[in-house]
Amino acid sequence: MSITACYIVPGLPHTLLAADKNPGWKRLSLAMDEVRKEIEKSDAEMILYFSSQWLSVLGYLFPADPEPEWTLVDHHWHEFGSIRYKFKVDPRFAHLYASEVKEMGHYIREVNYRGFPIDTGTVVAQKLLNPSNRLPAAMASCNMYAEKQETLSIGQAAMRAIEKHGKRVAVVCITGLSSRYHTDEIPYEKDVISSQKDDEWNRKILEVLGEGRLEDMSEVAREFSRQANADMGCRGFWWLNGLCGKTNDFTGRVFGYEPIYGSGGAVVGLYPKRKLRSIPGWVNDEADLVERFAGKSKAPKASAPAVPLSQTALDSIVTFEPAAHAAGNVNSSKAPPPVGPYPHAKRVGDFLFLSGVGPRKPGTKEIPGVQLDADGQVIAHDVELQTRSVIENIKAVLEESGATLNDIVDVQAYLTDMSRDFKRFNHVYGEYFGYKGGPEPTRTTVEVTALPTPICVELKVTAYVGQKR
Amino acid sequence: MTGKIVAGVLAPHPPHLVYASNPPQNEPRSEGGWDMLRWGYERMRKSVLAKKPDVLIVHSPHWMTVVGHHVLGLPKFKGLSVDPIFPHLFRFQYDINVDVDLSLAIAEEGRAEGLITKVMKNPDFRLDYGAITSCYLTNPAFDIPIVCLSSNNSPYYFSNEVGQQQMEKLGRATARAIAKSGKRAVLLASNSLSHRHFTNEPEIPEDMSHEHIYHHGQYLWDMEMLKMMREGRSRELIDVLPEFMDMALAEVKAGALTWMLSALDFPSYPAEVHAYGSVIGTGNAVVEWAHEANSDTNSGGAR
Repeated sequence: MSITACYIVPGLPHTLLAADKNPGWKRLSLAMDEVRKEIEKSDAEMILYFSSQWLSVLGYLFPADPEPEWTLVDHHWHEFGSIRYKFKVDPRFAHLYASEVKEMGHYIREVNYRGFPIDTGTVVAQKLLNPSNRLPAAMASCNMYAEKQETLSIGQAAMRAIEKHGKRVAVVCITGLSSRYHTDEIPYEKDVISSQKDDEWNRKILEVLGEGRLEDMSEVAREFSRQANADMGCRGFWWLNGLCGKTNDFTGRVFGYEPIYGSGGAVVGLYPKRKLRSIPGWVNDEADLVERFAGKSKAPKASAPAVPLSQTALDSIVTFEPAAHAAGNVNSSKAPPPVGPYPHAKRVGDFLFLSGVGPRKPGTKEIPGVQLDADGQVIAHDVELQTRSVIENIKAVLEESGATLNDIVDVQAYLTDMSRDFKRFNHVYGEYFGYKGGPEPTRTTVEVTALPTPICVELKVTAYVGQKR
Repeated sequence: MTGKIVAGVLAPHPPHLVYASNPPQNEPRSEGGWDMLRWGYERMRKSVLAKKPDVLIVHSPHWMTVVGHHVLGLPKFKGLSVDPIFPHLFRFQYDINVDVDLSLAIAEEGRAEGLITKVMKNPDFRLDYGAITSCYLTNPAFDIPIVCLSSNNSPYYFSNEVGQQQMEKLGRATARAIAKSGKRAVLLASNSLSHRHFTNEPEIPEDMSHEHIYHHGQYLWDMEMLKMMREGRSRELIDVLPEFMDMALAEVKAGALTWMLSALDFPSYPAEVHAYGSVIGTGNAVVEWAHEANSDTNSGGAR
């Protein structure tokens, strides 16, 4: 497995510097020590941190100093003392990860400056989980303005970098749960979660994580943030969920949960039930902008189609002989068979009306750009590949009537995930119709809940096949 | 002897201005840039240092604290400050003296106002780049001791209004401590105005052909704020600030401007805008309230 395990740990210095001041902080410290032992027993070759405390505003930063060394004093908890550190960092991974993120169009910087401030969370986690520097470490910053989609995609980029790097990795997400601190000084030994509501939310979240349901947790993150002022709006959870490919396929374990000066801190382990892989074609599609300009928070759908699939996803597809009896019907053996009693196209006067066309390969049930898990269920799709395949199928039907793509006058496009796929769909569409002197037909694009087969795009077109203009 | 606030300054801290100035303490080198703001700082510096202050008191949003308001409690801090956001622009060797007596007095007066205050006494503590930048641009020689106040995160956890209330109290506490100290103090509110910024920067960071305000709405908000400052309408300004914070993502949310105006007892005399300009799209102004010179028209900070 490329990912040996994922862990969620708190980043406040209390567990490292002040464990003797509060029994709860001590228990969290012991829980992190258990994680340390697990990591040591595993075959992890690197440890990757993402800390909600290391904030960037201009893209993403990646520490590339192979041996960063400093004495850290936390800006708030300075009374607990100093933390001297000298870490071993893997600059090659930093470069791979930075390159992946750069390819997505983000500003990146590989940081190799003496004295660059590593955040308290990362330092605390590294000190407790990898104290002897046995494993090289890697880190990435958390962009404080990035929303859900972008943070998910930055996590997924980490997975691509991990695969290119070829090392087995223990992933550590450094984040708190509720983050409302006490506003008055309290005796350290009398720490409690700052409100019952926050405590209830934390416990609810831990119940979900304890069942290994990371994707489900990620989906409720916004509400958790609203209700309990979750640490950095749950960006750490989004990043981790993106890295893991948005799945609930974990065994979960809650090592501990305690108040840290009113906030909620927990140590959680998530153990993948199957090998986690990157999902081809998953890039930041600027869905955040769609969300922002739409003025509402719109959670993206999971990768898998909304319709539950019995058997394997592709085996469940039932096809029909193309309807060939009525006047004007047009069918092509070079196009995939319909999934209902209808023809590929019908000519009426000078116009040819095509039925909705999907990306299935003619003569098979194969759908290009679909990734299946071990159980044959769809876990991801590539809208670019599917769009190309759709248009090739349309071309086959048109050719049956002696028409070409240039004869198309109107297109209706159906996407199952507008926010994720629109930009990339548009790009491929433009290659055929909009750019390079294409026919530029009119077009309407709508999002639909589902399509009859596990595809992400379908086009319905009308062509003019009368006298050439 | 009664101490006094001789001037209050809105003194923003983009590290770009230090980078552009090429001081020997900063490792990266530049070809300049952001000249209007730097020239504005020069004018402000000339004006403020002519008043012979004994201490500069800076409130910086980049020393963030979650419980209470902290002050530096050791006489000297020396070290290397690397900006976590712009490390390629700001890697600064600082050597700064602290007026510990005044720091402790402000902390004490803060407690009298009902605030939680703490004194930072860890010698390994690294000063934040915001405080260093505002202090450097005001007094590059670093020959005047400073008092550094942390920025409490309450507006981010609760509301702008809660934050404002705390900063008004801290301002009153600061003014009382200065009055009792017998010292001449300059207050530095280390905040920009509108704070929406670009997510990219040009290959040459100081390439001014790329620099402009992020959007026109920010410019309009900034101008409205500056108009009120120039017309001495600081009470009205304080009322509008919470909306400004939300509408323009204004950095004054961190409280420095409210703290300073409160310490100045909400001046009714005009402030002087030495410069306004953008830095990676954010709105920044160097503004001076010549408090001592206007003591006849204002009750002053010593209450």
